[in-house]
Amino acid sequence: MTQPVATPPVARLSDAAIRRQMLTEFWFYFRQNRGAVVGMWVFLVLVLLAVFAQVIAPHDPTQQYRDALLVPPFWQEGGRASFLLGTDAVGRDMLSRLIYGAQYSLFIGIVVVAIALIGGIFVGLLAGFFGGWVDTVIMRVMDVILAFPSLLLALVLVAVLGPGLTNAMIAIAIVYQPHFARLTRAAVMGEKEREYVTAARVAGAGKLRLMFKTILPNCLAPLIVQATLSFSSAVLDSAALGFLGMGAQPPASEWGTMLAEAREFILRAWWVVTLPGLAILISVLAINLMGDGLRDALDPKLKRS
Amino acid sequence: MTSMTRILLAASALAVTSAMPALAKTFVYCSEASPEGFDPAPYTAGSTFDASAHPVYNRLVEFKKGTTEIEPGLAESWEVSEDGLEYTFKLRQGVKWHSNEKFTASRDFNADDVIFSFQRQASADHPWNQYIAGITYEYYNSMELPSLIKDIVKVDDYTVKFVLNRPEAPFLANIAMPFASITSAEYASVLEAAGTREDLNNLPIGTGPFTFVAYQKDAVIRYAKNAEYWGTAPLIDDLVFAITPDAAVRLQKLKAGECHLMPFPAPADIEAIKADPNLKVDEQAGLNVGYLAYNTTMPPFDNANVRKALNMAMNKQAIIDAVFQGAGQVAKNPIPPTMWSYNDAIVDDAYDPEAAKAMLEAEGVTDLSMKVWAMPVQRPYMPNARRTAELIQEDFAKVGVTVEIVSYEWGEYLDKSMEAGRDGAVILGWTGDNGDPDNFLSVLLSCASAQPGGANRAFWCNEEFSALVAQAKQTSDVAERTRLYEEAQVIFKDHAPWATLDHSTQYVPMSNKVSGFVMSPLGDFTFATVDIAE
Amino acid sequence: MIRFILSKLLYLVPTFIGITIIAFGFVRILPGDPVLLMAGERGISPERHAELSAQLGFDRPIWVQYFDFLGRLFQGDLGNSLVTKKPVMDEFLTLFPATVELGLVAILLATIIGVPVGVLAAIKRGSWFDQVSMTAALVGFSMPIFWWGLLLIIFFSGILGWTPVSGRISLMYFFPDVTGFMLIDSLLSGQKGAFTSALSHLILPSIVLATIPLAVIARQTRSAMLEVMGEDYVRTARAKGMPQSRVVGVHALRNAMIPVITTIGLQIGVLMAGAILTESIFSWPGIGKWMIDSISRRDYPVVQSGLLLIAGLVMLVNLLVDLTYGLINPRIRHK
Repeated sequence: MTQPVATPPVARLSDAAIRRQMLTEFWFYFRQNRGAVVGMWVFLVLVLLAVFAQVIAPHDPTQQYRDALLVPPFWQEGGRASFLLGTDAVGRDMLSRLIYGAQYSLFIGIVVVAIALIGGIFVGLLAGFFGGWVDTVIMRVMDVILAFPSLLLALVLVAVLGPGLTNAMIAIAIVYQPHFARLTRAAVMGEKEREYVTAARVAGAGKLRLMFKTILPNCLAPLIVQATLSFSSAVLDSAALGFLGMGAQPPASEWGTMLAEAREFILRAWWVVTLPGLAILISVLAINLMGDGLRDALDPKLKRS
Repeated sequence: MTSMTRILLAASALAVTSAMPALAKTFVYCSEASPEGFDPAPYTAGSTFDASAHPVYNRLVEFKKGTTEIEPGLAESWEVSEDGLEYTFKLRQGVKWHSNEKFTASRDFNADDVIFSFQRQASADHPWNQYIAGITYEYYNSMELPSLIKDIVKVDDYTVKFVLNRPEAPFLANIAMPFASITSAEYASVLEAAGTREDLNNLPIGTGPFTFVAYQKDAVIRYAKNAEYWGTAPLIDDLVFAITPDAAVRLQKLKAGECHLMPFPAPADIEAIKADPNLKVDEQAGLNVGYLAYNTTMPPFDNANVRKALNMAMNKQAIIDAVFQGAGQVAKNPIPPTMWSYNDAIVDDAYDPEAAKAMLEAEGVTDLSMKVWAMPVQRPYMPNARRTAELIQEDFAKVGVTVEIVSYEWGEYLDKSMEAGRDGAVILGWTGDNGDPDNFLSVLLSCASAQPGGANRAFWCNEEFSALVAQAKQTSDVAERTRLYEEAQVIFKDHAPWATLDHSTQYVPMSNKVSGFVMSPLGDFTFATVDIAE
Repeated sequence: MIRFILSKLLYLVPTFIGITIIAFGFVRILPGDPVLLMAGERGISPERHAELSAQLGFDRPIWVQYFDFLGRLFQGDLGNSLVTKKPVMDEFLTLFPATVELGLVAILLATIIGVPVGVLAAIKRGSWFDQVSMTAALVGFSMPIFWWGLLLIIFFSGILGWTPVSGRISLMYFFPDVTGFMLIDSLLSGQKGAFTSALSHLILPSIVLATIPLAVIARQTRSAMLEVMGEDYVRTARAKGMPQSRVVGVHALRNAMIPVITTIGLQIGVLMAGAILTESIFSWPGIGKWMIDSISRRDYPVVQSGLLLIAGLVMLVNLLVDLTYGLINPRIRHK
């Protein structure tokens, strides 16, 4: 089913040319998906907000305005123009906190995916390439991790490591990592016996070189799709952990933590509850839209036989 | 199958009455947590006592409704010997035990039940001490009854004598607490014979105003009126606890008429509740204190002037406003104002950052950075320690003190905050057990409790203070005790081992139809006197 | 076939051992000490602390405790809760039906809505229905359900007053717990209105819990249908002039259902994770809430056994899905 994407080594195009061609092709397919393009724009806005938070945010996210506790958004009665989206229970500007929250979410997504991806690829390559008992042991361990509902396992892990953002990220990454390991292993198993690998082996390529230089680039597509999926799940799960009080700790303006802190005001101040949730939904949705587009764009290549 | 199923099958006979709410008056209380069990002795949570000790059981002596005064319970009267070492209780006659499917009492309450109830907690050899494996009697131990009670003697069927090792003024208050509820010795022997000893905890039999009907774990507890109650029989026919841990959900249920009364509303909602024409709110100062305890053994906090300066830098009213949403009052003493012997003459350190800064400089303290510990959990005396710590951080920054906020998992927090040489000041608090000042001052501030295993988190040991408190504990004259405690509070204020932060206000929202509910200063929820209008 | 089942079962043994190690090991390295939690603000003397730890068996070497745990596990004894002092198994059995009921209703809801929507979207590929439903599915898939639940409570219970706020049935009704499933027990009780009440209490929680599985099922059904409809035999059937409804009903749907059933089966893990959040929002007396509470109270025996039971359950369901798959598709069996 899966065919090598790269051209066999016989007909050598320059690497750069191949890459350029791949990108053009990818962009062509990606653009077909309107949702994906919208998602990408939203995501870009999020990235900009996160990067330039200090410039954009009207207030310091931790600055407490003692005379402005729970001020509603500007369009409501009692709202103030200086606090466009209102303030929270200790008088911090909601808009600024939400903007800074984007930093947390992107950071969490990137870190979790990076850890899970690197760990998963490494373990998966080992299992797939060496096979035998190495494979058996590794894959059994992955099975064990997958047998637990991810959030529950992450919860227990965070409880073990202690509540906090770093530990929440580590816990989530550990829980996600088997997916990458499985994908990598399957791809490696599939690719291992193909001609170009055999060719490389005959040509005297070392094991490491085989694993990382020859095989890995050819199973990247499913990993990229899985990575986007994990990115959005990581944002969701870390927010859920924050909501349960086990993620980022106050006064961090992480959206899930903001929600948890605001829960007591659910009936009195809708904005402190609604807005962080909306922010989570929008960013996760944007990433998922992009992920769909990525899959569509990478899929035809995977399928061309 | 499970014991639960058995309970419910057994209870199904009674179900007929509660299924017809039009005929019976059913009172629904949206409780905040599941009871740990129905035997009050081994547990410590208020929600457990609300579900067990208060509706189902009685004590020898009880707290008079709405006060911390002692009144007769299952003991009609008592005498204390001259030396304060012997308490002789005359027991009430004709008090009937509840009955259930498995048990119908053959006799009334008597001295054997009293002895059974205390001995099973006192002696590890008692056959009922470990009727559930791993069970412990934390309150009995922590109120120091093992070292206090020398002997319990049955004089006759209706007279019991407690012999003490030392005179102890709070003794009566101690045995009015829920853990000292009286259980039936006869029921125990019936269960023993049936081989279902754990039912003492699952299907409680008591003498209280309500009989236990059924419990669906984490969902509902049902009780029925005890028609044979020795006191004034309840006005409602059925009492139902709907277990609802989330405060916002509780309020929704109250508004929707799904329950009549709820505990612990979110402070943020109080205003809205007061504005609701269908609801009313009772309020009362809680018997608690929230504090910031400095480590008085570590420089520069071993200097009382530094501690006082920091106290002056703290805007406590801002904490009450932002953390309690106004549902509390600034504390100046370590005991709450509703408690007898509260020294109202004491003047609190005024909020004055300028003076505080000058005072710190005068003591040679500049560029101070310190840790403030914030609890990870909500307690009645401190709904959001993290937020409080943030406010303190801001206030201290204004006098040039840098604060780092730290927190640990709750068990660890309790443990580490009591470690000698602890770095930083700790936010914590206390809720009174029995309304006696000794329960605050000696537990939290005496030299003895500054040792490992104690609760003196300031590690403050002032001989004079400790002597006063110890003396008051041995004195039975309340006027004399009051004088001693008032003096102790003056010493406390002078040395400022804590920043006394707050006493929270307790609110009880209820439907307009409810009458006769009396708030307890101890935070108990009891429903023997409530009524609902149709 | 029997060999296939046996080999699958054998394959599970090491996984199960791994689960016991994780369930036991992780829980025992949790920081925090249940004895200290029991003492609270009051503190506890070192002597009493040692005494209590010994009584609870925490003073023995960890591996001794582990083998003790395994030994008792095989006798069906999961220990007693430190908080309620009751057998963990009893508590699990009391709470489990509530979670199963909620989960079943949610998965049913997700299936009966998700499958038709997915099929329709596939047939009308590119239509407005396809676009709207798939966008909605993606929104559902991206939903932070803990927030979603709060919103639904505010709107439907708070503002409109249509649905009850929490709980499993109105307190007016009281009947014996026969099956533990409120919908069935309320019917058995014969009390008027009891069933409707139980049903109305299920609406919001099951919607919240069904949101993500519904989205997944709809998307999966659509893509499975599209794939099958592109296959030669379907194209042939269509070319032969077979009516559209027959093509879809007979050929496409049946073949597309295999991956869909797998998807539904695999949602159990998602459901369990969702149940943790849903139950804590709606005060639903199930095992999700039980686990959260027990983790925060450091109730070791409950967390250990709960993890074990839940993971075991997920494993079992996955096995069943595997076996069903093997039944439907003999090729897999002989691989």
